[in-house]
Amino acid sequence: MATDTRTISLTVNGQPVVAEVEPRRLLVDFLREDLGLVGAHIGCEHGVCGTCTVLLNGASTHSCITLAVQADGADISTVEGLADGGELHPLQDEFSAKQGLQCGYCTPGMLMRAREILTRNPDPSPAEVREAIASNLCRCTGYQFITEAVLAAAARMRATREVVP
Amino acid sequence: MKPPPFAYAAPATLDEAVGLLTEHAEAEPRVLAGGQSLIPLMNFRLAKPGYLVDLRNVAGLSGIRREGDVLVIGAMTTLSQLERSPEVAVAAPLLAEAVGQVAHAPVRNRGTIGGSLAHADPAADLPAVALAAGAELVAAGPAGSRRIPAAEFFRGPFSTALAPEEILTEIRLPLSSGGHAYVKFSRIHANFAVVGVAALTELDDDRIRRASLAVAGVAPTAIRATAAEQVLTGTLAADVAATAAEAARAGVAGLAPAGDLHASPETRLALARTYLRRGIELAVSRARNER
Repeated sequence: MATDTRTISLTVNGQPVVAEVEPRRLLVDFLREDLGLVGAHIGCEHGVCGTCTVLLNGASTHSCITLAVQADGADISTVEGLADGGELHPLQDEFSAKQGLQCGYCTPGMLMRAREILTRNPDPSPAEVREAIASNLCRCTGYQFITEAVLAAAARMRATREVVP
Repeated sequence: MKPPPFAYAAPATLDEAVGLLTEHAEAEPRVLAGGQSLIPLMNFRLAKPGYLVDLRNVAGLSGIRREGDVLVIGAMTTLSQLERSPEVAVAAPLLAEAVGQVAHAPVRNRGTIGGSLAHADPAADLPAVALAAGAELVAAGPAGSRRIPAAEFFRGPFSTALAPEEILTEIRLPLSSGGHAYVKFSRIHANFAVVGVAALTELDDDRIRRASLAVAGVAPTAIRATAAEQVLTGTLAADVAATAAEAARAGVAGLAPAGDLHASPETRLALARTYLRRGIELAVSRARNER
């Protein structure tokens, strides 16, 4: 049986992409294997650990339980698109400055989840950040530093008005 | 793991979608909504549908609208949309309270109300809400559309009244007045419920005119706690501390939940009694504050 494929057209980090994919292709595998964007990691492969988190039309999404065909027509943002050229995004900068990463495995998912959190709520309380990143597991258990990094980035982003409320 | 191969279509109309389910019946097709339950099962190869009918291109399946005394929710409406909807917060506060307790935000961003109800996980939160609220579920099939009361919809674990070629299109929730509560116990925040309780209460002066209670986690599907409802009906809201405890005892009497890794049968019964009592007390106290 010839492999059944579908053509999908989407935007990835601002770039238009047209590709042929098998319907069973997971979005995370499409990003990693077909596009070479290996920032989104694969952890649990069933929507629990959050390290595969990308933004789909601005909404944080587990790309391991989303099919690539479901992203047809969508606007996808991955961690590779977070920095502005050579300049780190405030979230990346603060994760570095505040020791918000240890082994780094959860970091791409944490960053993209945090990106959505701060778009929806530019001035979250520490409790709101903790609740919002509960979708992402850090097995180094560095949650306190991650929370501090997100709050510090939020303050910087508010100051530079990068976030449009 | 990865899903096994399957054929796939994303039709533009409901008629086409129903037609594909009928035409490819031998492939044991499944309907794809948000995929937040189905795709993990396919990754684990616990589900191996030969054909997926993706509803994402079908217009008109998403949205929230009022039709007189009924809140009509399109099956493809995501849980995040429900969570952020001012209309749901006002017209169906029980649903609003429960939906925020379903999984984590990324799952709610993709997961849909229709998908959750049609998947019918016995530990899910929304079937209990549909039961307590007396919802009607609208299914489209080859012979047209029909309405199924929530009380007749859930047949067993992962099993509903939907025929294989039928698609859940709408959830019709009667507007509730009075008090509401959705309370749940899970071992980890945002996990499936070990026990979940949905409660609606209406008062007449300070007397409980009507109580609707549903419990998840104590039977193969969520169930109405009718014996508990009967204990409460006609009692004084001021006496709720005593009546809620009595109603909760009546509500779990005769139940024989299965034990599993998460909780033994005894633990489930104890939790159900406690959460029934808490749900009743919260719903009654909110109903009194509404007056």
